[in-house]
Amino acid sequence: MKRFRVSVHIVPRKGLLDPQGKAVADALHTLGFSTVADVHVGRHLVIETSAGDAQHAEASVREMCSRLLANPVTEDFEIAAVAAA
Amino acid sequence: MKVGVVSFPGSNCDEDALLAVVERLEEQAVLLWHKDHDLQGADVVILPGGFSYGDYLRAGAIARFSPIMQEVVAHAKRGGPVIGICNGFQIACEAGLLPGALLRNASLQFRSMPVTLRVESTDTVFTRAATAGSRLTMPIAHGDGRYTADDATLDRLEGEGRVTFRYVDAAGEPTAAANPNGSMRNIAGVANGTGTVVGLMPHPERAMETLLGSTDGLVLFQSLLAGVKA
Repeated sequence: MKRFRVSVHIVPRKGLLDPQGKAVADALHTLGFSTVADVHVGRHLVIETSAGDAQHAEASVREMCSRLLANPVTEDFEIAAVAAA
Repeated sequence: MKVGVVSFPGSNCDEDALLAVVERLEEQAVLLWHKDHDLQGADVVILPGGFSYGDYLRAGAIARFSPIMQEVVAHAKRGGPVIGICNGFQIACEAGLLPGALLRNASLQFRSMPVTLRVESTDTVFTRAATAGSRLTMPIAHGDGRYTADDATLDRLEGEGRVTFRYVDAAGEPTAAANPNGSMRNIAGVANGTGTVVGLMPHPERAMETLLGSTDGLVLFQSLLAGVKA
């Protein structure tokens, strides 16, 4: 077993109202960042876990996302990175 | 009738719910600690409001894994009545007892105010003593109350009469202005398929005394009593 550090991005499902994202986008526009089209506010988790290899570490975190870390009704997740810890 | 009120770390409406049952309904009630595995013979379970586990990760997401919740889910699966109020509604959704999820209020503001609800269905053990279409005034106090589900789920809930309460204006219309959190279709509360589990964001247990502005919450508890004794 080796230690891995797995990064996960969890964001509001596309198409759902994201008032935090909209508030941040409005603030950026106020600051003059007129090129900003859209902002989504989510969560970034870094999970240190042991696994036989990177593939298993990723599969394990994917299951964690499905069962707890992301709400399947309202959120999407993506594994951003898997690195040896 | 014996009511069990679950106390999670961070619950802050458990004592109110307990008092509502003991003093206003004059029935038995007991607090159930989240680490317990025993409903202590409760016929009905109340998942109260508050901020269980600090709302970490998502409101209700961690509370779902409390030992007592395994018993509550088993009780619900046996047809036992469960009502989730505010944070309890969020927990019931996270636990899969009710469909959908509660997201951050569209306004991004915590809303603490009285609201007007329309009773959409009397086909639940918590609304059977109410009149369909009648209006109830009770307080809300939440930051994450925007009921959200996909269109297919919402259509199914509507079709099966499982939308229990909607936010309405003084004229009884479910307008955007009357919606305190941006919930889909102005939904304030929903039920499971058998009408034995109900979740709602407003606080009926805080609308039990004229002195506190409303007694409209009583009917939910009276329904409950009728439901158990029937």
